[in-house]
Amino acid sequence: MKNSINNAFKIAKSENRPALISYTVCGDNTKDKSLQILNSMSEDLDIAEWGIPHNCPTADGKDIQNSSYRALQNGIRLSDIFSLVKKFKKTKPSKPIILMGYYQMIFNFGEKKFIQKCKASGVDGLIVVDLSFPDNKNFAKLCKKNSICFVQLIAPTTTVKRMKEIIKSSHEMIYMISTISTTGSALKYSIKRIIKNYNVIKRIKPSKNVVIGFGITEKTISNLRSADGLVVGSAICREITRSLKDRQNPVTNVSKLVRKLKNKII
Amino acid sequence: MIKLKKKTPLIDQHNKFGFYGNKFGGNYCAETMRKPIEDLSKLFEKLRKDRKFLKKRDHYFKHYLGGETPFFKLENLTKHLGGAQIWCKDVSAINGDAHKAYHATVNALICKESGKRYIAGDTGAGMFGKNLAMAAKKMNLKCKIFMGTKDISRQAPNVKFMRNAGAEVVPVNSGSKTLVDAVSECMRHYVSNCDNTHLAVGSAIGCNIFLKICAWSTSQISRELKKQLIKEFGEIPKLKLINVIGGGSSALGFWNEFIDYDKKHVELIGVEAKYAAPLSTNAKVAILHGAAQYCLTDKEGQIAETHSLSAGLDYPGSSPLHGLLKDSGRARYTNASDKEALAAFKLITKLEDIRPSLEPAHAWSECIRLAPKLKKSDVLVVNNCGKGYKDKKIYIEQLGYYPK
Ligand SMILES: Cc1ncc(COP(=O)(O)O)c(C=O)c1O
Repeated sequence: MKNSINNAFKIAKSENRPALISYTVCGDNTKDKSLQILNSMSEDLDIAEWGIPHNCPTADGKDIQNSSYRALQNGIRLSDIFSLVKKFKKTKPSKPIILMGYYQMIFNFGEKKFIQKCKASGVDGLIVVDLSFPDNKNFAKLCKKNSICFVQLIAPTTTVKRMKEIIKSSHEMIYMISTISTTGSALKYSIKRIIKNYNVIKRIKPSKNVVIGFGITEKTISNLRSADGLVVGSAICREITRSLKDRQNPVTNVSKLVRKLKNKII
Repeated sequence: MIKLKKKTPLIDQHNKFGFYGNKFGGNYCAETMRKPIEDLSKLFEKLRKDRKFLKKRDHYFKHYLGGETPFFKLENLTKHLGGAQIWCKDVSAINGDAHKAYHATVNALICKESGKRYIAGDTGAGMFGKNLAMAAKKMNLKCKIFMGTKDISRQAPNVKFMRNAGAEVVPVNSGSKTLVDAVSECMRHYVSNCDNTHLAVGSAIGCNIFLKICAWSTSQISRELKKQLIKEFGEIPKLKLINVIGGGSSALGFWNEFIDYDKKHVELIGVEAKYAAPLSTNAKVAILHGAAQYCLTDKEGQIAETHSLSAGLDYPGSSPLHGLLKDSGRARYTNASDKEALAAFKLITKLEDIRPSLEPAHAWSECIRLAPKLKKSDVLVVNNCGKGYKDKKIYIEQLGYYPK
């Protein structure tokens, strides 16, 4: 399934809507449950991002921290994550999956070994939150060599000069952070301002798929539907937390939420 | 083996990516933080060459922090141990009670220069928090201090001080509820507020610029010590400089001016807490709080929990600059247990008039171990970098008393 990320964007575009991208944490709240959640919501998803939990997450808000904490409490390990990805890809071979995490987890495992494992288990892309440009150049190359999409991030603080360099070295997908924030806070900027930032990136290289993430919820998603893709993370993690607290089934609740999100952008 | 560069300040021995010895440090941070830390780096490089700013810094060090801290011989302890001469650089005599006063003050000055009105910092023992709160008040900045809830309760006197100085103390309840979590939370706060907030990292850790600012500030200690040694001895005698290591800011300040000396002439000895000892227990290199460093982790690469009676030492990582000093063989590192630190406090306070906090008590413990094995001509200097009042309750719990 080469280029399945590009394909996902193509399909969404042909349906005149943004690609819908989820973010959940692998192993939240258990290994099996997290796979069930992914499987059941994936029908409405174009791309799935799966977080690799780390216990010192310096860029995550409370909701994702809670998810990571639950996953770690239940003993998730990197080897589990790779085998869960493999299982997922067995049933949904064309659904792109992107692993997202902190560099320490990759560094500790070994970059090359990590990428080999990704490739073998069917990972399509990688986001490394704290490995930013230009420090990520070698790693990005290594990804490319192994047909894995390395997703660069662009923030509201990124200068245009830097943006151009990042875009130049980017692969098929770019992640635009909506506001100056960790994951999961409310949008601090107006929709207009976010779209303006988005257009700056698109103008530099129209062919890149640019997705917007951080702080997108059921309430805000439809206003951003002109983007190539939209990532919803904390809102889903919050739904898992709520379901567990109310002793409800997170699998059905999350699927319902994702269905609603999808309905807002078609 | 990594080689140190002579005549280049330690903090400047990094490559363009912020790595020391191609191995330690770097800038492992979210994209959102890149521009703010780049701006801060530019500002700092400008300020450290700016005479007016240096004058201002010196003015604050002298008139606000009280000027040069004392250097004296501990006659009773020297006699008692019967080996090397033991000297004390009593940094705890500073207004602010610990070396953290230097980089808290410098950070507040830099914040002022940057035009930002908010300053945020992390703290474990509360020494950095308290000094940052004081400096912020002095310079009319709004201050937030992030502190683990376990530390809030064990270092209560400092928390009270911070609040009285008008700082907001933000309790951090995640993970082990100690310094490591406070630093993470403070960095998250910065990621979300970097447009109007200056981040003051509490030790020589974090992305390149933060550890540079920190070690640059605390190096005031060794500038003073060098002069004081020459005044006492007429030269720099054969020395051993013993310093406790949490993140490592105090040691870097204590050692900075002596890095270029041969280690047979000036030996540098760092003392960690036994169960928070990445440098002295051959921990692996890991990425924590934005930098590659020696750090305690589990097999999976998760950051390990640490245990120390001393809140300031209860941290799994270490400054990238200490990684550099270790790998270059310039400094050596050892550790002391809670029990050993307490025993050192007991002996020191029985014989001398100083009242070290739990952190420097670890350094004193190494001094006590080492001195009897050395000759009279050997000079041991210990950085007594923090006052004991904040640990009064713990000392009473552990020893049954707190000396007058
Ligand atoms: C008195 C004192 N010494 C040492 C430390 C440890 O930190 P560092 O190694 O950065 O000096 C602390 C930390 O709070 C402290 O309060």
